[in-house]
Amino acid sequence: MPETRDLSYAEAVNAALARALDERPETLLFGEDVALPGGVFGVTKGLRRRFGERVFDTPISESAIIGGAVGAAMFGRRPIVEIMWADFFLVALDQVVNQAANVRYVSRGAVTAPITIRTQQGSAPGACAQHSQSLEAVFAHVPGLRVAMPATHQDAYDLLLAAVWCDDPVIVIENRTLYHTGRRPVGVNGGIQPAEGALIRRPGADVTLLTWGAMLHAALEAAELAAGRGIDAEVIDARWIRPLDLDTVLASVERTGRLVVAHEAHTTGGVGGEVLAAVAESGVRLRSAPLRVGAPPVRMPAAPALARAVVPNALTIADALIRSAAGGSVGAAAEGAADVPRR
Amino acid sequence: MGTPMPETAATQLDFLESMLRIRFFEEEVGRLRAEGSIVGSVHLCNGQEAVHAGACAALDPSRDAVFPTYRGHGWTLACGVPPYALFAELLGRQTGVNGGRGGSAYLTAPEYGMYGENSIVGAGAPIAAGAALAATFDGSGRVALAAFGDGAMNQGAVHEAMNFAAVRDLPVIFLVENNHYSELTPIASMVRGDRLFARASAYGMPGGRVDGNDPAAVRDAVAQAVERARGGHGPALIEAMTQRIVGHYIGDAQHYRPPGELEAALADEPIARLLATLRETIPHAELDALSERVRAEIADASARAQADPPADPSTVLEHLYA
Ligand SMILES: Cc1ncc(C[n+]2csc(CCOP(=O)(O)OP(=O)(O)O)c2C)c(N)n1
Ligand SMILES: [Mg+2]
Repeated sequence: MPETRDLSYAEAVNAALARALDERPETLLFGEDVALPGGVFGVTKGLRRRFGERVFDTPISESAIIGGAVGAAMFGRRPIVEIMWADFFLVALDQVVNQAANVRYVSRGAVTAPITIRTQQGSAPGACAQHSQSLEAVFAHVPGLRVAMPATHQDAYDLLLAAVWCDDPVIVIENRTLYHTGRRPVGVNGGIQPAEGALIRRPGADVTLLTWGAMLHAALEAAELAAGRGIDAEVIDARWIRPLDLDTVLASVERTGRLVVAHEAHTTGGVGGEVLAAVAESGVRLRSAPLRVGAPPVRMPAAPALARAVVPNALTIADALIRSAAGGSVGAAAEGAADVPRR
Repeated sequence: MGTPMPETAATQLDFLESMLRIRFFEEEVGRLRAEGSIVGSVHLCNGQEAVHAGACAALDPSRDAVFPTYRGHGWTLACGVPPYALFAELLGRQTGVNGGRGGSAYLTAPEYGMYGENSIVGAGAPIAAGAALAATFDGSGRVALAAFGDGAMNQGAVHEAMNFAAVRDLPVIFLVENNHYSELTPIASMVRGDRLFARASAYGMPGGRVDGNDPAAVRDAVAQAVERARGGHGPALIEAMTQRIVGHYIGDAQHYRPPGELEAALADEPIARLLATLRETIPHAELDALSERVRAEIADASARAQADPPADPSTVLEHLYA
């Protein structure tokens, strides 16, 4: 029965996991510290007690976790695994890219790998270079994978369930800075959504601002700052990075004629560049140069004074909105223009 | 491993000083983290100091290379990095060993033979093997030491590094600090058979277990492995049995530890143990004076580092490429 519950983002993830484990007996949940300890962020608390051996702790062996999920999925299980930090994916990328993504294609559907890999990423004060990267573009580059980035409590619930129900390998990238940000009403036990689709979070007429993940909150703040200058930004939350809902983005840009894409990841080779390319290819008429806001091409420093200079925030996004609305030459959109560290 | 030999009082006092420096440093870091002067993940090594003090006593700081983990403050200090420069790094100050870029969990001090913490579990092992590989070509006689936790023994990179080192006779020491837990999970539930050192024979290298709360025992085991490695006879695996007497991270309530375990660990921790021995032969006032001197050194280093300016954001893009 659909109902509304007051949940934190972490509790919303937990509720989705509980529902999946409850309704789909073929699901398994495993990863480092997820079972008895209930997760290093407390996200998986209580699930071991409730679902027993289908929820278990693993050694610190990411290749075995993801590869094990792929193999079990080929034989009818529906594993949900956790990679504690997106940065740790990199020790097991083979199992994601060369293995999970190929299973269905090469066998022409004879075998599939319906796995869900939950992780979390992004910068937080004091986090080191190996614990703060935003890696969605790495996964988004790979055909065969789906990539979700829930920004809200509701999406923490909905996108995860969509991922588990989906028959493809799905990576769900959460954000640890959102886990414990207080409770909000979350609709639970409703229908399972398709594993795709963006949402307009704030309608606006002047500039399209596309974003995803935790950056949504900075983007909404930036939209308010820009509103103070008479600029009405339309904020779109991509929610799914692959497949990317370009229809929603293009329809918005057709109305506004202006585009800013903001993400925490590096701009170079990032998903923002992909969006700008798609908009350019679509032939939509732009009234000003499209802009990207993202991290400059540099490693992530630990000291807060340094990290602040590279991680985008509401002010850097608002600045881009203002430049976008003011026009801006095409040259200004070249790499680095929106990259210059501020403050 | 190694035959224990009687220690001179001077050596024992050196070990005590080295371990106290680490302990007082960590206690001050805990305080700074709690008050918010240090932010982010901090992994203290309280209880494991004998491993760092003992191992570094067997290494040659002018040429050997140490590769610790995120739990690396003890290693960094034992390698000789001044507490002031380490505090400054943790505090995100311009004067930190890496100007604030590394932070608590990923700092490096190559000028002291400390070639970098690693926040990716097990990742230091193949790099240490590589440092040893270079030594087989450069005539330096360098030995590399990779330190990592019990949990890291289940990481693919560690397996690959051990076999690679064994098959090429690389002068590298794999030192497992077995503190019985990886984060919140006991190692006993993650391996069949808790004798981690026994894996050495499968790779064709010597392996052994040592009391990791006894700095002299650790030094002797490492010294023996160093001698072998420098002599061109290849790597070794040492499992140092120890306990962390603090949480995995600051704020870890340690609910996963069975009742009584922490109390037992505290009764056997290396500093309390060495002090008890030394009190039998050395005047208590002398031991107290040593302790007070180190405490003052740490307090002064912390105060100076706190007074330094934050890391300079105008430098943030520097040093990415040659
Ligand atoms: C590849 C990778 N996986 C997971 C983690 C998360 N993690 C950080 S410390 C840790 C536990 C490591 O335990 P152990 O090797 O015993 O070292 P200890 O912390 O006890 O010193 C884990 C799982 C990580 N940093 N890197
Ligand atoms: Mg351990």
